[in-house]
Order: sequence, then structure tokens, then C-alpha cells
Amino acid sequence: MIKRVFSVLKNNAMVVALAAVMVLFQVWIVATNHGSLFSPMNASNVILQNAYVIILAVGMLLCIISSGNIDLSVGSIVVLVGAVVGTLVVNMHLPVWIGIVAGLLLGVLIGAWQGFWIAYVRIPAFIVTLAGMLLFRGLALIVLNGLTISPFPELFQKIFAGYVPEGASQGSAFIPTAIVTAIACVVFAVTQIVGRARQKKAGAAVGSEIIFWAKLLCLVALVAIFGLLLGQHKGIPTVLILIVVIIAVYSYITQKTVPGRHLYAMGGNEKAAKLSGINTNRMLLAVYTSMGLLSAVAALVCCARFNSAAPSAGDGYELDAIASCYIGGASAFGGTGKVSGAVIGALFMGVLNIGMSIVGIDANWQKAVKGFVLLAAVVFDVLSKRQASAE
Amino acid sequence: MVGDAVGTGATREPSKLGELLRMRHITKVFPGTKALDDVNFDVRPGEIHALVGENGAGKSTLMKVLSGIHPYGSYEGEIFYDGELCKFSRISESEAKGIVIIHQELALVPYLSIAENIFLGNEQGKAWSIDWSRTYSEADKLLARVGLAESSRTLVKDIGVGKQQLVEIAKALSRNVRLLILDEPTASLNENESRKLLDLLKDLQAKGLTSVLISHKLNEVAYVADRITVIRDGATIETLDKQADAVSEERIVRGMVGREMESRFPARTSEIGDVALEVVDWTVYHPQFQGRKVVDNAHLVVHRGEVVGVSGLMGAGRTELAMSIFGRSYGRNITGKLFIDGKEARLRNAKSAIEHKLAYVTEDRKGDGLILGMTIRENTTIAKLEKVSRRGAIIEEEEHKVAMLYVDKLHTKCSGVEQPANSLSGGNQQKLLLAKWMFADSDILILDEPTRGIDVGAKYEIYSIINQLVAEGKSVLMISSELPEILGMCDRIYVMNEGRVVGELSGSDADQEQIMTIILQSENRGSTSPTDSADRAATAAEAA
Repeated sequence: MIKRVFSVLKNNAMVVALAAVMVLFQVWIVATNHGSLFSPMNASNVILQNAYVIILAVGMLLCIISSGNIDLSVGSIVVLVGAVVGTLVVNMHLPVWIGIVAGLLLGVLIGAWQGFWIAYVRIPAFIVTLAGMLLFRGLALIVLNGLTISPFPELFQKIFAGYVPEGASQGSAFIPTAIVTAIACVVFAVTQIVGRARQKKAGAAVGSEIIFWAKLLCLVALVAIFGLLLGQHKGIPTVLILIVVIIAVYSYITQKTVPGRHLYAMGGNEKAAKLSGINTNRMLLAVYTSMGLLSAVAALVCCARFNSAAPSAGDGYELDAIASCYIGGASAFGGTGKVSGAVIGALFMGVLNIGMSIVGIDANWQKAVKGFVLLAAVVFDVLSKRQASAE
Repeated sequence: MVGDAVGTGATREPSKLGELLRMRHITKVFPGTKALDDVNFDVRPGEIHALVGENGAGKSTLMKVLSGIHPYGSYEGEIFYDGELCKFSRISESEAKGIVIIHQELALVPYLSIAENIFLGNEQGKAWSIDWSRTYSEADKLLARVGLAESSRTLVKDIGVGKQQLVEIAKALSRNVRLLILDEPTASLNENESRKLLDLLKDLQAKGLTSVLISHKLNEVAYVADRITVIRDGATIETLDKQADAVSEERIVRGMVGREMESRFPARTSEIGDVALEVVDWTVYHPQFQGRKVVDNAHLVVHRGEVVGVSGLMGAGRTELAMSIFGRSYGRNITGKLFIDGKEARLRNAKSAIEHKLAYVTEDRKGDGLILGMTIRENTTIAKLEKVSRRGAIIEEEEHKVAMLYVDKLHTKCSGVEQPANSLSGGNQQKLLLAKWMFADSDILILDEPTRGIDVGAKYEIYSIINQLVAEGKSVLMISSELPEILGMCDRIYVMNEGRVVGELSGSDADQEQIMTIILQSENRGSTSPTDSADRAATAAEAA
């Protein structure tokens, strides 16, 4: 029994690490009298601050799965899309929806442009996106002319940085949020239970009963606690809804669909995938186009959160996204990795950021610590996998 | 007596018998399995000793114990080398004693020259100033010893696998090897190259080199070995002496599988139907070198229920022909026509080939066949996921069911369909690859070297699957470099050479000599590079 619990923990090493880091900071924060990590405001902030990382990490994960490649240009796409949207809706006073559509279209176009060179001309992705990194930041600076555009219209803010229910005061958001949370928990639990029953019926191997229920209970409890914390603050952030939708769609695509399976197959062995009739060129194009689209979404979220489109926006975002994927267990050679892993990786970095800020660690030190943690997380992951395969 | 042998020390026992190597009561346990169980293995100075056994019998583990990859202390038993008890804890220690292993996957650096590879890790001159003239002159001497007519300045990537094998041997010689261990050295060589390599071994033996040959190819073992040790399930079964025992291939097989094999090929009564695949005027050019024809005006026909063999030397263009037929997956400027069930088929890519119920089961299982990190379930369905999905969503339960079905049908040995493909043995990987293409509803299966590198028992099972396929009315086009396999399995045989189909034989009355004669005659008519082809013809004649 103990052995089994141990192996479950080992298989979910990053979740355990995330929990450990949270506990560590909580102890530290309480001990130094800085309040609590699990305050309603911090719960909300973790989402608001890390929304862009999660969105970019999901897109980056697909690049990594498909070929072990990364996209270095996402930070530059974020600043360019932000600059264009800002010019349209702030400087030119065009309707917000035109700005949003134009921004998303621009992201798709940029992604397709890079995907074309990578997939059909077979230029290494590292080089194409390195060029893109310089190119798009340059274009963004030209559009911005070195200036910051602000403020964004109120509607734009409400869409990407608002709360549901809208404009609720401190207490009144609690009940609606609690109801939504309860519904989310029930829907989640039911889909899990039904899915398991269906698999069992078909004779597929399912994991142990106890572990399934324990896992389900933990997850539901986490969602419930998180929802109640949000309810005590201002309600559900709109970006949280956006993120949940993106995670759900991309998880479904990667885990349940034919294109998703093809993605893992080409990452595992491109030649074999080709000989199995998979159009690997088209897959690569699609992957980088989706990265462009998600970069544009991240750009909109960032514009709303900072209420500006600045020349320095998006700086280093690509590295945050890449780090999240690797912390979340993706392989640098392609073929493995999960959306949920990348999200956990992003949250890990986010908790680290917010925790260190609360206890007042110097920003320069924060950077150094994050670098060390990235290395430590990957080393830990590699070693635990090696041990698992030796057994 | 046995207890006595274990009890005695290093000094007395080995010297009295004059053996170069004595491995005594070696037992090696991995968590969960006993890989070696009380194995004894002796090598006399100056002999060629073959080590045979099925995959997973423990041959490689035994050699890893010997070379120190599994260090002293991780196994039980004793190793005496040259009369001394050895306690190797790493490879460099066994190499210092002159024990060198050449692994199946060659350890050469493609973009370095032959000389640089030979002296890699053993550079001539000083650490901060390599003596290049000595490096090249010494390397040239070594190349002469192994009979390789290449400049030592040639890059390793520019020479073929056969020659690379010779470079490995030259490298071993440069380290004053006394006991050379070759792990499946001829696995990727053609008959000519293999023969040359084996003759080199005999030649070096005459000059006093002792070697251990691990091989699947029993004709080679019978040809070259003085003694043969058979290992089965981690235990030594017997050691046959060529001088004392009558050593036939059948005799060795009996030791390996533990029973008499009545036949190496399962019987089949063929029921041949209509034409399934017809290839007309098929010409393919090399994808990189412009103007180089790899397939030249090939014609061939495959009927329903028929096993058609494609024989030829390595580089005859067989794989290129097969892959170009399979949706133009190889080559360029492909001209010619394909007819499937009498209708012309234009296959643009692998996908359209699969839609036309064509399958290409590759010779390179790990390189372009399986997706090794994926499970049996995922590999089974990858070529036709539509069959287990609805509106683009995969129904995993359905997938699980079909994967189980094929595991049962083909007797794939595994712990379950969620086992990753890379943990399967060669024979089971081949079965998985066949399952993948059977699942894709293929009617015409092109099998490229379907039994390469798998053991006798698994080969028989693969042959049985092939028979089962044609019994269901499917067609099989089988490319193989092993002539006995072609002769034993095929209804009809095409012989290819230098990109051309140079002969067609009926399977029932063909023999090895006939095939070699056809190749030889086509060489004489061939116009390319007269010296080279004369050379090849001579060795082909010798081999036949």
C-alpha cells in the first residue's frame, strides 16, 4: 500500500513539487508575518499575473511535442499584436471588436508565415523564430514609434481583465461564484466517473479504484477551495474563463483526437509518421499557426492587464513559456508532454514569483532562483523517470 | 567437482588447461529476471568461438559482464583471463588487457576521417599536439592489414557499412587486441561483404588473433567457427566442437530452440488469384544525385494469394523500388504506371497508398517503422485512426479492443497493450509492425527484410503470419537478402541488380546458384564501372 502511494506520488512528481513549494512559502510567509499565500487576493493574482504564461505555454507545448522545437518569437508577437491593437482601438478609436479580430488575425498570419518556412522549406524552427523574434519586435517598435499607447477603452478592459459577476463589491460576488464553482465541480466529477465506467466496460485497463477516487476528491476539493477564495475577492476573473476554455480545447485535441495523436506520432518518429500516411508538413504549419493565434490572445490579455501597449511588452515571455513546458515534463526531443503538465509548470513558476514577492526577495535574486529551479525541476524529472524505467 | 572449481583460486586452475578465457559459473540477476544462470564459457587461444542463442538468451549480457560494462561485484562467478582472476569495473580496464568488443551498432563518428576514428581516444603524439603524419601512416598500415582499399583520410560517412565494419576491426587492432568480440557483425551486410568479413577473421586467426562471434546467421557460424557455444534462457546448453562433433545448421538450431525444428518454413498450399498489383516501366531517380537512376524500367506483377520474392545484392534498388511504389515515399522524377486490381492508381503520397490498401513494412523497424515511445495500442492504429474514431475523436475503448485482438492473433509477447514499443524484443516489434499494417486493411503488403535480426523461433512465427495473410487472399511482395528465406517462402522470385529486374524464377524450382548466376550474368551485360562489377561478379561467383 505504502509502495503504491509512493509510486503514485512519483508519477505526479511535479504536482507534488508544486504542493511542496506552496506549503514552503505558506510557512515562510506566515512565519515572517506577511499574511497568507492563500488569501483571496493572492488566489486571484496568481491567475491574473500568469494568464499570459499559461496561454503561451499551451501553444509552445504543441511546438515541443511535434518536433522538439521551440518558438522564440512569441514575446515579439505579443508586443507587435499589442501595438497594432492599441493603434486601432486607442489612437484610431475603432470599435473594440475590430481591434480584437484584427489582432487575432495578425497572430494567425504571423504564425502561418513562420510555419510555412519551417514546414515546407524545412528551415530549422530555431532559426526561423529567432529571425521572427528580431523582425516582429522591430516592426512593433516602428508601429509604436518608441512610445507607449494607453489607456485602453473600458470595454476592452472588462473583456480581458474584468470579473464575473461584473462590478460586484467585495461581498456580493461570493454567492454567484460559489454556484459556478459547484457546477464546475459536479460537471468535472461526472465526466470523470462516466469516462472511467465506459473504459471499464470496454475492457480497457483502468487504474486502481482507490487512487481514482482519491485523485478525483483532491481535484474537486482544490477547485472548490480555489473558487471560494475567488468568491471572497471580486469573483471569477474573465481571463480564468478564457484560460479554462483554452486548456480544455487543447487538452481535448491532444489527448482525444486524430490530429492530436498524429502530433505525438510525428514528434516520436517523423519518418515513421510519414510512412503511416501522416502529412507532417501540414501538422507543423498548423502547430505554428496555433502558436501565433495564442500569442495574439496573450497579447490582448497583456494589453488589458497593463492597460497599455508598451515597447517593452512581451520581453522574455518566450522563455517563461518554454520553461513552463519543460518543468511540466515535456521532452526536449519531442513526442511527449501534456497540456496539463505545461499548465502546472506555468503555475509552479507563478507561485514561485508571487511567493518570493510577498516575502520580499529582491527581483534580481528572483531571476536567479527561477533559473535554478528550472534546472532542478528538469533534473528531478529526468532522474525519477530513469529510476522508474530501471525498476 | 564443481564446488572444487569454484573454491580454487586464480593461480592453479586455468593455467593447467591453457585457455585464454574462462568464465566460470556466471550468474547475473536483474531486478525481476535472472539474465544469466550459472554460465560457463571458455575460449582457447587462437580459435574463433561462436556464441549463438535466440534473442534474449543472454549472449549480450555475458559479453557485458566480460567487458566490465556490468562491473565486478554486480554478478556472481569468476572470470579468468590469461590465467588471472579479473575484476573489471569499467570497459577501459578490459580494453587494457586486449579485450575489445565491436557492437552491432557501430561506434564511429561519420564526419571524422577513417584515421581519426581509428585513433579516437588513443590519439597519436601528445595531448596538445597530435602527430598527424603518424596518425595517417599508422592508419594506412592497419587498413592494409584488414584489406580495406581506402585512404585513411576518407570520411567515415562516405564509405559503406561493410567497410565501416572493417574500420572498427582496424581500430581494435590498433589497440593490440588479443580477444576480439564481434556482436552480430554481419547483420547489415550483404552476402559478399559478410563473406569478406568472415574471411578476414580467418585470416587474422591465422596470424594468432582469438575471436568470439555472436551471430544469428547459422551458415556463417558453421563456416567460420572452430567451436560453438549455445546459450538458451540464460544458461549454457552445450559447446560443439567442429572437429569432434558433426556440426550442421539443424544441429545448432536444435540446441537453440531446445527441440527439433521439422522445418524452418511453415508449409503452405498457394491459391493464386487475379493480378493485384502491376508495376510497369517504373523508373526512379536518386533524390539527391541528379541523373542517377536507382530503379531502371522495372516491371513486376503480384497476384492475389501469392508471395513474391525480390532478391538481389544490397544496393540493387529493392528498397527504393518498394518505397517509390508506396506513394512516392522515395526518389524523384518517378515515371511509370501502377495498376491495382487492374485499375491505374496514381499514388501521390503515403496516405493515398494506404487508401489504395497498400502497405510498406519497412526494413528499419526502429528508424522508420515504429514510434518507439508510443504504446502497442497507439502503434497498432496509427496508420488508420479513422477506423477507431468518430468525427475526429478517438474512441480509446475501441482502440484498446483492436490492439488486444492483434496481440492475441499474432501471439505478441507483452504485458499488455499499454506497454511501450521500445520495450519489446525484435521479433515482437516486427509483429507489432505487421499488426499495424493488417489493421490498416492492407491488401498488398510489401515486406522489406521482414525477419532481419530476429531469432529462429520468431522467424517461423513471422512466416506463419505471412502464410495466413496470403491464405486470406492478400498479396505479399517480400524483399529479402537471405536466399534460404526467399527460396523457402516464395511462389515466384524476381531478381534485381543495379536497379533493374534482371530475372524471374518460379519459387518451386529455383535454387541459390540460379539466383547468383542471374546476378552474375546481368553484371556482365551491365555497362557501369567495369572493374567494380567484375570484382563483384567474382565474389558473387565465389559465394554461389
